[in-house]
Amino acid sequence: MIALSHLQRLEAESIHILREVAAEFQRPVMLYSIGKDSSVMLRLAQKAFHPGPIPFPLLHIDTGYKFHEMIAFRDQQAARIGIQLLVHTNRAALAGTNPFRVGVSRCCQLLKTQALLDALREGGFDAALGGARRDEEKSRAKERIFSVRDASGQWDPKNQRPELWNLYNSRIRPGESIRVFPLSNWTELDVWQYIHLESIPIVPLYFAALRPMLVRGDTLLSPEQPFIPTLPGEKPRLVRCRMRSLGCSPCTGAIRSDADTLPKIIAELISFRRSERENRVIDHDVEGSMELKKREGYF
Amino acid sequence: MFARAAEPFSIESFLAEEQSKDLLRFTTAGSVDDGKSTLIGRLLYDSKAVYEDQIRAVKRASAGELDLALFTDGLRAEREQGITIDVAYRYFATARRKFIIADTPGHEEYTRNMATGASTADLAIILIDARHGVQPQSRRHAFIAALLGIPNIVVAVNKMDLVDYSHAVFLAIEREFRPLHPRAWFVPISAREGDNVVRPSRRMPWFQGPALLEYLETVPLASTGELSGPGFFRFPVQRAIRTNHGFRGYAGQIAAGLVRPGDEVTALPSGRRARVKSIETFDGRLNEAAAPMSVTLTLDRELDISRGDLLTAGDPPQVARSFAARAVWMHADPLTPAKPYLLKHTCQTVSATVSAVRSLEGDTADRLALNDLGVLAIETSRPLYFDPYGRNRATGSAILIDPHTNATIAALMLVGAEGVGQAVPPADRRMTGKTACPTPVTLLERASRFGHGPAAIALRGSAARKLERLLFDRGANVAVLTHWDDAARVLVESAGLLALVTGHSHALPSPGALPADDDAAAAKALAFLLETGIL
Ligand SMILES: Nc1nc2c(ncn2[C@@H]2O[C@H](COP(=O)(O)OP(=O)(O)O)[C@@H](O)[C@H]2O)c(=O)[nH]1
Repeated sequence: MIALSHLQRLEAESIHILREVAAEFQRPVMLYSIGKDSSVMLRLAQKAFHPGPIPFPLLHIDTGYKFHEMIAFRDQQAARIGIQLLVHTNRAALAGTNPFRVGVSRCCQLLKTQALLDALREGGFDAALGGARRDEEKSRAKERIFSVRDASGQWDPKNQRPELWNLYNSRIRPGESIRVFPLSNWTELDVWQYIHLESIPIVPLYFAALRPMLVRGDTLLSPEQPFIPTLPGEKPRLVRCRMRSLGCSPCTGAIRSDADTLPKIIAELISFRRSERENRVIDHDVEGSMELKKREGYF
Repeated sequence: MFARAAEPFSIESFLAEEQSKDLLRFTTAGSVDDGKSTLIGRLLYDSKAVYEDQIRAVKRASAGELDLALFTDGLRAEREQGITIDVAYRYFATARRKFIIADTPGHEEYTRNMATGASTADLAIILIDARHGVQPQSRRHAFIAALLGIPNIVVAVNKMDLVDYSHAVFLAIEREFRPLHPRAWFVPISAREGDNVVRPSRRMPWFQGPALLEYLETVPLASTGELSGPGFFRFPVQRAIRTNHGFRGYAGQIAAGLVRPGDEVTALPSGRRARVKSIETFDGRLNEAAAPMSVTLTLDRELDISRGDLLTAGDPPQVARSFAARAVWMHADPLTPAKPYLLKHTCQTVSATVSAVRSLEGDTADRLALNDLGVLAIETSRPLYFDPYGRNRATGSAILIDPHTNATIAALMLVGAEGVGQAVPPADRRMTGKTACPTPVTLLERASRFGHGPAAIALRGSAARKLERLLFDRGANVAVLTHWDDAARVLVESAGLLALVTGHSHALPSPGALPADDDAAAAKALAFLLETGIL
């Protein structure tokens, strides 16, 4: 008898989902955020269609403010795997928009949410695969694996389709689309273990290194973007730190850490008692903010 | 994320230990205020699956002491109404196992939600408030758990602190519930105080069993391979994979059983046979693969196979365009007989109409509305290749979709091509039969007590007598009948009887050819009842 571990079960489920998407949609696309979850999702897609090619392109919503290392990693991975990479930026908004000028939520709204909706519409994509996990945030815990968005890209948490067994309903009306989350049932720890076990490449920013940072109390902020306002006399200092989750450099805090290998990251994670989004400025407003963003169409 | 002793921590041994952990999916059911959210919050909190920042947020939101229920109350709309409205999934792990909880709320939409959570669950926890005892809803929860084929049932008698941790109260509830689910495990708890949830309680020395969490950590997980028997293999083809280099394989998730290179498989619908040449994965070829792995199979000869086809070995599946299915109605729009629906089963979607309806609860049913349970006679545009749900969930389940709204409107548990399981095939082979007069005891209550609905199978007399004894000892409401006619049918329906009909009757399902030895024949017939989901 073959006894499957929890990771093997999760892998089997995710591969099944990816294949369903490829089979049931006209124009699926995989949203590639360059983070660890996207890296796992991409590996699962390789597994799902092996030895054939992955039958859909990757789409990266580039806000313009991603860490430079992320962009380099993105291009290198796409070339290595030989997959088509689409990059979309809300150029019209970019000129006058940054989190300090318009506020974090407006900035996200224009450069992430709006850009994503535009890219999906322009590409005519009827399904978008995303790497979100249900354990990330309370409002995600209720989201279906196949999650319908109306014509304006919005999610209605009160009107979701029941989802039973592994039978996914992929039917949509013109204009609607479906977001599909193959990693729904993975936890943060599962993702890290899988990366370790499978030797999946990830952006080096996840590993601790000496990096120049603006140190503000507990917050470590990257000075990569020139528009970051500095206090009088404030200079970046070299701090041993790493990123727990990746986003835009002006809004992603680093954490002090010596974890420069995967086992050390995992050891840190299990002793670490804070959720991964806490160091993201994005979630610092009201409780329930993620749900508001999702209703608006944020992934 | 885990409670760890102070001994020096070795990440290598931790990782090795982690890799071997398996996964238990469970669901929780209870009426509003039975303490379900508190129990889940307690499991998450005591097993250290919640983060400090979440604890801070919950502390801020709690009036007075830490309100554990707030760890799981998610959406804004629910927060405003003060109830949970939908299925939510939670994750935690202990040193022994990983867990996925399908948290389903207990208000009036619970049937739909519970069925959803139950569809993927290995275990259900049914909560009972010690003060109120077994409620009609508890019976319904037990029934839905059985209907959805959840292998393990735990009955958690909660709020023991409010009944002075009384053994007598616990025993009375156990006695009353036990007949509804003979294999259930009972545990007295206080979710709020933590007794017997994560740690054994000192306040109930009379309880000998482990705490709930230890039970969850150690309950054996039946694998699909074992359940369905040796040689049994089901592989719905999701997608053909071809490359420019001439590779041709069939991708899918194994729905039952085990496969090895060299095994002979039959492709349906063509009925053509081939041998498995290789089991391909990104990580290399495998010597064997089992449910629920996702793999790609290559065959030793070209068969014309596409998405929705089934590769099978062992007992053949049923192949039918018209069959019976038990249904949970999931949508506010009621069932409309003869309306064209879509039916998704494994990897194929076909059009389907419902030709007849029977409710499990009432006598007549020309409609099925939100949260109703019933038995449907279904006809599809193309044949399905399926197994009775009781034998294999993955090839025995289906959903109905409304082609106009695209809503998922029903969950179906396929029963069989002719055998209508808990329904009795009426003389005219339609299922619209009316029963005698309305009775204060519903069919559902009878089914909950006896562990089966009304049903009749055909069997030779000497074997029927042996089987009658076996079934009676299991608590069934069983009788041997010598003829099958309309009068017998009314009797069976109104008494919720399981009838073993010895007279010649083609209209009834039967276990097929039976061994000459009566004991062996009775055992085989019993297996048939279990497989077809009649029991
Ligand atoms: N005394 C006592 N109260 C409890 C217990 N479990 C839950 N409660 C309370 O019962 C009420 C309903 O609990 P909740 O978890 O919200 O119930 P749900 O509707 O089933 O999710 C809350 O006031 C809880 O504090 C228990 O074991 N003992």
